[in-house]
Amino acid sequence: MSHPIDREESAGYDRHVLSYIRHAAASGLYDIRGMGAKRAVPSFDDLVFLTASASRYPLEGYRERCESKTVLGTRVAKQPIELDIPITIAGMSFGSLSANVKEALGRAATEVGTSTTTGDGGMTPEERESSKTLVYQCLPSRYGFNPDDLRKADAIEMVIGQGAKPGGGGMLLGQKINARVAEMRTLPEGIDQRSACRHPDWTGPDDLRIKIEELREITDWRVPIYVKMGATRVREDVKLAVKAGADVVVIDGMQGGTAATQQVFIEHAGIPTLAALPLAVQALEEMNVLGEVQLIISGGIRTGADVAKALALGADAVALGQAVLIALGCNHDTYQLHGEEIDAVEDYMRLGTAAGYCHHCHTGMCPVGITTQDAELERRLTPEVGAKRLRNYLQVLNMELTTLARACGKSNVHHLEREDLVALTIEAAAMAKVPLAGTDWIPGQT
Amino acid sequence: MGRTEQLDLSKISVREANQFLHGLQNGEVACVEILQPDGLHSIAAGLDCEVAVEIRGHAGYFIAGMNKRATVTVHGNVGWSVAENIMSGEVRVKGHASESAGASGHGGLLVIEGDASSRCGISLKGGEIVVGGSVGHFSAFMAQAGTLVVCGDAGPNLGDSLYEATIYVRGAIHSLGADALEEEMTADDHAEVARLLAAAGIDYDAREFKRVASARSLYHWNADADQEY
Repeated sequence: MSHPIDREESAGYDRHVLSYIRHAAASGLYDIRGMGAKRAVPSFDDLVFLTASASRYPLEGYRERCESKTVLGTRVAKQPIELDIPITIAGMSFGSLSANVKEALGRAATEVGTSTTTGDGGMTPEERESSKTLVYQCLPSRYGFNPDDLRKADAIEMVIGQGAKPGGGGMLLGQKINARVAEMRTLPEGIDQRSACRHPDWTGPDDLRIKIEELREITDWRVPIYVKMGATRVREDVKLAVKAGADVVVIDGMQGGTAATQQVFIEHAGIPTLAALPLAVQALEEMNVLGEVQLIISGGIRTGADVAKALALGADAVALGQAVLIALGCNHDTYQLHGEEIDAVEDYMRLGTAAGYCHHCHTGMCPVGITTQDAELERRLTPEVGAKRLRNYLQVLNMELTTLARACGKSNVHHLEREDLVALTIEAAAMAKVPLAGTDWIPGQT
Repeated sequence: MGRTEQLDLSKISVREANQFLHGLQNGEVACVEILQPDGLHSIAAGLDCEVAVEIRGHAGYFIAGMNKRATVTVHGNVGWSVAENIMSGEVRVKGHASESAGASGHGGLLVIEGDASSRCGISLKGGEIVVGGSVGHFSAFMAQAGTLVVCGDAGPNLGDSLYEATIYVRGAIHSLGADALEEEMTADDHAEVARLLAAAGIDYDAREFKRVASARSLYHWNADADQEY
């Protein structure tokens, strides 16, 4: 007679862990994948707005204006960035994304009045031409980095790290290094490219201050300089970035995505965006630069509600990566070719996955033509189609943002404040430093 | 023949000096002398015209950073990252250079007449560097393309994780880094070293140099390579 314990799955050694150990034992290699953390972490979903009622009055939803204009880089630069919406597009490289996609990002961003950002592969002519406002990343690899493109940029983002792999460098596997990518990165075609995690010409925060000054000298102090970091020791890191002279600090929480990195990094390094944001704001307050140095938050921002909550907690703007790719068609079971919807199910199957679960950006075999350098696959998403989808999506986010702001009685989305929020869980209350709903309790504070 | 200008950094800021240099057109000024550099940073950064810049004294970090076309000479020592990301032209340091000299340089020639510290030529992307003296540890780390010539000795982990750059060393090599390999010098190598020494104005016999290049065992993701990914 069988005993129930004979068929009881171990919590510590469940099917996922068994599979992980067997795969490691068989291959001798750790897993590399794209996208962001899949585990559940406290997030903006755990917060809700206390919109207007008798004690506050709302703005008329369809009649009264709610401003979303956003200005970034007011500290030092002669030409700060002026955006129509506080929703920007995060750095994603040509190499990880196709040239068509980079162009689509630029077109959509320009249409809705926001910025897009280069990535670990330099600036392509397509994205410069299509982007009214383009942020040029300065990464440890310095692939394709040059003074001509630097001077064409509207802002410079010094990348110290990103949420998916704080402390780790870039990775682009050989199947995505085609002739054009190889030439831009000065690498042989088809090799696995592992870019550095430390900058080649500076190391600590004291050096960073001098490096930022050099970039300002080269660009005649014209454009703002952002400093982007993965969310780990946020309070200390933000203070060091401010001390180093950053005009804008960008904090990328652990839900942030990547085109390729070690799975162990994605799931086990960094802190959730929800926890990172209040720490960053606190650091700016303690440095007395709130309002002088702007803060962009990223990592798992998907909806207008996420944007509104981020702004209420003190961000000046947000940056989106994965959500942008989803808007373009990532993980969809069809793609559009010559106006027809074509089934991509078999392409997903060839990768051993299915629409809705895919994280195979690192393979370059993207079934919907987004994270690829394969000419055939790239045709599956044209700049026109991609730009239209993304423009619609960004428009919806801003409409949702202003809807919530109006309902909170705000005529400007930047007037949203911490007092407008409560948390649904104790964890979220502690991280966001807002009261647990129905109480005055902020764990750790009251 | 253009004129010569003098900029005294005890009287004007680096920012004012650089803005003057950035405004120059080819041939407008033949030579700009920078006086009293006194360890200041980012002098002559971001130049993009054919002009000779003579820096009279010791200078700080990021001297002649991202240089294009200009010929910059430092009559003294420099701090970190001289000629970082150099694209073209020539940068010459008459004294010694601190860390990361010529980091990520895409083109042009960097000459350090004295010694260079660690990570000289790190992440090199096509530039050429000639060091009259010795270089410190991890020089040419992850260098992708271009050439580093070291007339003295090389410190530990030379050429770690090299891609397609080539290193020539005349003196002793303390140790090679991961995936770096000492190879036979060919006639082409001798000619290349002789060309670079001549360009640098340094007189050694090219036959005294050793060649270090990538073993290319890290080019593809595999479990058997002796490495830490």
